[in-house]
Amino acid sequence: MAREQHDYDDIPGTFVFDQERSRQGFGINMFCMSLMKDENRKAFKANEAEYLKKFNLTPAQTDAILKRDYNRMLELGGNIYFTAKLGATDGHSFRHLAAVMTGSTQEDYANMMLAGGRSVEGNRSKSGKYNKPVAAKAAKKPAKKAKAKARAKSRSKRG
Amino acid sequence: MARIIAGVTSSHVPAIGAAIDNHQTEEPYWKRVFSGFERSKEWMRQAKPDVVILIYNDHASAFSVEMVPTFALGCAAEFPPADEGWGPRPVPVVKGHPELAAHIAQSVILDEFDLTVVNKMEVDHGLTVPLNLLFGSPKEWPCPVIPLAVNVVLYPPPTGHRCFMLGRAIRKAVQSYPEDLRVVVFGTGGMSHQISGPRAGLINSKFDKAFLDNLSKNPQKLARMPHLEYMREAGAEGIEMVMWLVMRGALDDKVDEVYRFYTVPASNTAVGHIILEPHRGKKAAGKGKKPAGKLKRAAARAKAEVRRSK
Repeated sequence: MAREQHDYDDIPGTFVFDQERSRQGFGINMFCMSLMKDENRKAFKANEAEYLKKFNLTPAQTDAILKRDYNRMLELGGNIYFTAKLGATDGHSFRHLAAVMTGSTQEDYANMMLAGGRSVEGNRSKSGKYNKPVAAKAAKKPAKKAKAKARAKSRSKRG
Repeated sequence: MARIIAGVTSSHVPAIGAAIDNHQTEEPYWKRVFSGFERSKEWMRQAKPDVVILIYNDHASAFSVEMVPTFALGCAAEFPPADEGWGPRPVPVVKGHPELAAHIAQSVILDEFDLTVVNKMEVDHGLTVPLNLLFGSPKEWPCPVIPLAVNVVLYPPPTGHRCFMLGRAIRKAVQSYPEDLRVVVFGTGGMSHQISGPRAGLINSKFDKAFLDNLSKNPQKLARMPHLEYMREAGAEGIEMVMWLVMRGALDDKVDEVYRFYTVPASNTAVGHIILEPHRGKKAAGKGKKPAGKLKRAAARAKAEVRRSK
């Protein structure tokens, strides 16, 4: 069954860890969680493909893990707080994972962060429908007006 | 009667904890971050809370994907630091306040917030890093801490409005507790950051600053912000800022902003921090909300300095 589309699927470069991905990725995340134990890290390192058989993974998920394709793991239901444990098992820093996921080098990624991070401009929307910030604009409204509006809105919404 | 004397928010970036544990706080990169909390630690010494209620999220430490409670209240007598893969952080065991926690659970569940009660739980950097930032690195934490873990890892987290209203219910619970306790509420996490996928590294200072402004002056507006906007503007993981609204809901509508600090980056994240106290109008004297003289002076001092630094 094709993945149900959500409003947040319009955000570029982002795999939201939602209920559907959580359902599909249970095995990936439980595998990553198992790496919290030293004996499991050793068993995994000794024979990765064999170790992965315990987690009821799809062939695509197994492949993504063996290839350390971190974006694919996210797409198939892995969550970053869990997949980061695989990175740590490999002895990699988080910066290494960030470089892999963003198709960058560690140095370029670190420099981007030092320079203030990745800009949101041009990174809001795949469809281009949401290229303007909503929050920043509204924040400039005088507080009084916004409050009155809020009251009216909450009256109409929550009866 | 117990009362909430202030609300504090702070990021809980794991690398901040690592910098403390590895004695790197004097390095220029980290000094920029830590220097922003010097005044806050002084403020905290003056405020001397009896209890902290700390809103945070677990990062695949206490809760895996096997169980994902939306709101989990720590009711235990103590909470050991979790092993996050490098051994537990060398920080003191967090002592709870089981009596107040039980009272809060009893009260807010009847107010229709169906909390999960947790009587055994380890706590990760999400909880211990903010304690370090506000209390430094003492041998024992100076007061008991009640952890409230919020799911912001598995979408959807509770809405901002729900978080805000839970804060309201917690305030009511605290105010109906018979013992005379001074309580500070922490909202942690944020600010803008994305650590997953090709868009990782996203930072949006404009959004963050507007968020801080609204947190002080117009929290009702923030409470209506949809999840999509957090994720689009502040990064997929920036959605954890909904937790700040629990803290904000626990305060009066009108507050005084005592201190604010913002810097980019700490590892992948924009660091934001704010201290809010109940508003003290000119006629506040005699209404029971008057702070201790010391605290008032500290607040005035901090305010003056904030003004100067603007």
